[in-house]
Amino acid sequence: MNAAYEPVIGLEVHCQIKTETKIFCGCPTRFGAPANSQVCPVCLGLPGALPVLNRRVVDLMLRMALAVGCTIRPRSRFARKNYFYPDLPKGYQISQYDEPVASGGRIDFEFDGTARSARLERIHLEEDAGKNLHLDSRPVSLVDFNRSGVPLMEIVSEPEIGSPAEAAEVLRVIRSLVRALEVSDGNMEEGSLRCDANVSLRPVGTRALGTKAEVKNMNSFKNVEHALAHEIERQADLLGRGERVVQETRLWNVQRGVTEPMRSKEEAHDYRYFPEPDLPPLEIAGEWIDEVRRGLPELPAARRDRFREQFGLPPYDARVLTAERELADYFEQTVADGADAKQAANFLMTEVLSRVADPRDLPGAPVSPRGLAALLRLQSGGTISGKVAKDVFLRMWETGRGAEEIVRAEGLQQVSDETALEETCRHVLAENAAAVDRYHGGEQRVFGHLIGQAMRASGGKANPKLVNEILRKLLGG
Amino acid sequence: MSATAAEIATLVGGGHASAEEIARTTFARIRRCDGRIGAYLRLDEEGALRSAREVDARVRLGERPVLAGVPIALKDAIVTRGVETTCASKILRGWIPPYDAAVVERLRAAGAVITGKANMDEFAMGSSNENSAYGPVRNPWDLERTPGGSSGGSAAAVAAELCAAALGSDTGGSIRQPAAMCGVVGLKPTYGRVSRRGLVAFASSLDQIGPLAHTVEDAALLLEAVAGHDERDSTSAARPVEPYRDSCRGDLRGLRIGVPREFFVAGMDSEVEAAVRAAIEVLGRLGGEIVDLSLPHTPHAVAAYYLICTAEASANLARYDGVRFGHRARGAQDLLEMYQRTRGEGFGPEVKRRIMLGTYALSAGYYEAYYGKAQKVRTLICRDFEEAFRSCDVLATPTSPTAAFRLGERLDDPLQMHLADVFTISVNLAGLPGISLPCGATGAGLPIGLQIIAPAFAEQTMLRAAWAYEQSTDWHLRRPPEWTA
Amino acid sequence: MALPVDEVLRIARLAHLRLDAAEAERMGTHLARILDYVAMLDDADVSSVEGTTHAIGLVCPLREDRVHPSLSSSEASRGAPHSEEDLFAVPRFVG
Repeated sequence: MNAAYEPVIGLEVHCQIKTETKIFCGCPTRFGAPANSQVCPVCLGLPGALPVLNRRVVDLMLRMALAVGCTIRPRSRFARKNYFYPDLPKGYQISQYDEPVASGGRIDFEFDGTARSARLERIHLEEDAGKNLHLDSRPVSLVDFNRSGVPLMEIVSEPEIGSPAEAAEVLRVIRSLVRALEVSDGNMEEGSLRCDANVSLRPVGTRALGTKAEVKNMNSFKNVEHALAHEIERQADLLGRGERVVQETRLWNVQRGVTEPMRSKEEAHDYRYFPEPDLPPLEIAGEWIDEVRRGLPELPAARRDRFREQFGLPPYDARVLTAERELADYFEQTVADGADAKQAANFLMTEVLSRVADPRDLPGAPVSPRGLAALLRLQSGGTISGKVAKDVFLRMWETGRGAEEIVRAEGLQQVSDETALEETCRHVLAENAAAVDRYHGGEQRVFGHLIGQAMRASGGKANPKLVNEILRKLLGG
Repeated sequence: MSATAAEIATLVGGGHASAEEIARTTFARIRRCDGRIGAYLRLDEEGALRSAREVDARVRLGERPVLAGVPIALKDAIVTRGVETTCASKILRGWIPPYDAAVVERLRAAGAVITGKANMDEFAMGSSNENSAYGPVRNPWDLERTPGGSSGGSAAAVAAELCAAALGSDTGGSIRQPAAMCGVVGLKPTYGRVSRRGLVAFASSLDQIGPLAHTVEDAALLLEAVAGHDERDSTSAARPVEPYRDSCRGDLRGLRIGVPREFFVAGMDSEVEAAVRAAIEVLGRLGGEIVDLSLPHTPHAVAAYYLICTAEASANLARYDGVRFGHRARGAQDLLEMYQRTRGEGFGPEVKRRIMLGTYALSAGYYEAYYGKAQKVRTLICRDFEEAFRSCDVLATPTSPTAAFRLGERLDDPLQMHLADVFTISVNLAGLPGISLPCGATGAGLPIGLQIIAPAFAEQTMLRAAWAYEQSTDWHLRRPPEWTA
Repeated sequence: MALPVDEVLRIARLAHLRLDAAEAERMGTHLARILDYVAMLDDADVSSVEGTTHAIGLVCPLREDRVHPSLSSSEASRGAPHSEEDLFAVPRFVG
């Protein structure tokens, strides 16, 4: 990209809040129900229907707002955002405008080895719209209102993020937070986490913001990064040629790898916001805020720091293990069940993580933390070697049987009987006289070969540490 | 003269009369008379007779439902399950709601018999019931005149005894003004006193449902039956319902009655002024202390109202888009055309005018100058009333500057039509309760209405004043001569 | 005096109302009259007040997060001008 310019990115993240029912009516929010089977006069926008706010929506939103350090408005208001679209049943969305529930706050993240922060402008509440399905065979679009009225939290960052990679990282942290707080599934594929961005360029070192373009339709972290990177280049090209950036909404086209202006020729939306007359101001008392604050679970960042301190884990391990709440829970439980922390960390990051598509699936995994702890205790107790432990784990995962049972059934116990091992080693040395000579002649590398032979002779069951010691002793140095 | 709602409820509840009989008689009368009045948009005879039989059965089991067997018409802005609800608009032609309004649920629980849906100005926008897409309503006192609006059908139905009572809605006077024009009692409760769930919204911060009937006691009876908190209406007041009927007694000793200067203006009909002043004198003779006072921002009320109600309406009516219910334009080539033609075809001229004005008042660059300013003037109007109620307990005013006007007389000049609401509008802006009751007649025999306004949730005081006045005169006993049963 | 027709059409577009030429012209005249009239609000001294949305002091009530029976999908789509298998159908538009 043209080095004369620096990008400025602002994010608008919409996050579905995980309540049983919708924000303004008692319809269920469950994903995947038959079309229009979770609707009522309110979320269908029928004449005469009125909204009533779901307390739990506010509760969960407060959790997020407090976790990121927002200021909570004691009295906030809803507003009507007016526009016409088939999936918007009332012809307006109930959202917030002048007086959102939360303002300020920030997302802390790590980037390039440094600790950074993306300031937030606000977090507010609004309702989701229905879903549109466009047919190819006929000029018809179909609308399902099951999603209409699902509660959304809109998180708006200040236009300060400096690169697509940072933007993706901020988004990842938001996702990790909402999942840790159990506020949302935060799933971009399912649409419970959506991200739009505003992108502009300005000459390096200046402060005034350039003309921004809004980028939409980025439905994964990778797409967010690619789309933003592309858009920045597009704008840089324009500016480089002396042209101006047009303020418009552009959609990311993942097949073509470009952002394209939205086809609709409608003039820029004039949303005509005004205070929602069907909902009086929302009052959030100090007691409510205190209660939510007291109930906040440990946040990922705090948990990461604790893992480093309490379990002595290196920063990388701590980061990986706390990226998902289920993974961190699994780790802690494994340690609580008697496993060594470092062993558990390694095992989790290699053997376990590679076997689950999504850490959310961990609670249903074939091997429980207790099961893994049992296996690791066998390893640290010397009953089996590390290599054997991996094999046993695979069998545990496939059959659901316990570690001890498998080791016993297949006679995989490590041999640690020193007398027996010594005999095996003497035998190996006798069989490999030439190698022994080379070792004594100075070729240290041959030692490894001798260990290998001893391990093979024992059918892989010898305790490698003991073999190492015994061989050295027998070789006299 | 037909029995009042209270009388019917007593008769049916006591087993002395059959709800079914009363319903049949009512429908027979409707069939005889309504052809020339046009008060009803549709009847639900089958449903009514079914309800009536159910009530009779309940009574036989020892129940005494509060509105047992009372035939009640509902303004067609009130949603009724299984019965077409159109708001007198083409855009809702054929819409059969899948649910009942809160007030309908309560009426049914109280044993009322719903006769049908009353005609109205389209989407409650109008003061003469000439804006209905299904034909105007004629005033039973003079068929060449309007019954007022927007609850013109409700008022006319009560006046011509095509029901014992009716529910209407009032956003800027739409219950009180037609009540005055038709010589009946019309009550707008405090904002939030009656649930708006199931009232097709016109202006959300101003709308209220209220009763129209022949007597103050009937209005109180109906209000008691439908008022009360509804947890599915976030603007519904959580206050308990007072026993309004009990207010119908006594004199007015100790009551201070404020008379705002701004409500006696040049240009008002001299007969109306005379009748209302005479009524105020009666209030004085009944023990009330008359207090002269001022509501200085009254002249601003109509302007503030027309910006606020149209802004809210422009958003409330955005849901009429042809997607999920109601009218959809045929043969539209694309979505935008479908929207524009559906709404262009489905809405009448007055509705379109108000949507346009409301959209303008909210649009970018104009919000502060119009909607924003109007909201602030609304605060000033509220303060006027607060100030006034420091020196009085109720206010007494004319309901309307004129008696019923001729059909077609004001259609060319919507602004003139709006100005007719000047005495009722500020009451909605302040969310206060107001009642209109007959207090005289013009030389031509047209009814004249007296309005009593009270502080928020002071319906009891308001009813006390209204009842005392009513009982000391015979105006409430008059019926339009042509329709006397 | 009237609002210029292109201004009228701009508002009509926002409101998704189709007005024919005659309607648009009449509307321009009408709107201008009303706007002239409401200009009298400028006489009021609002310098020290906030706007009122709810005249009666109300606070937003909150409800429990409990499922309330909804409409069945056939009830929901029953009144639709055009529906296909419980989905609401409209002329195709680009998403």
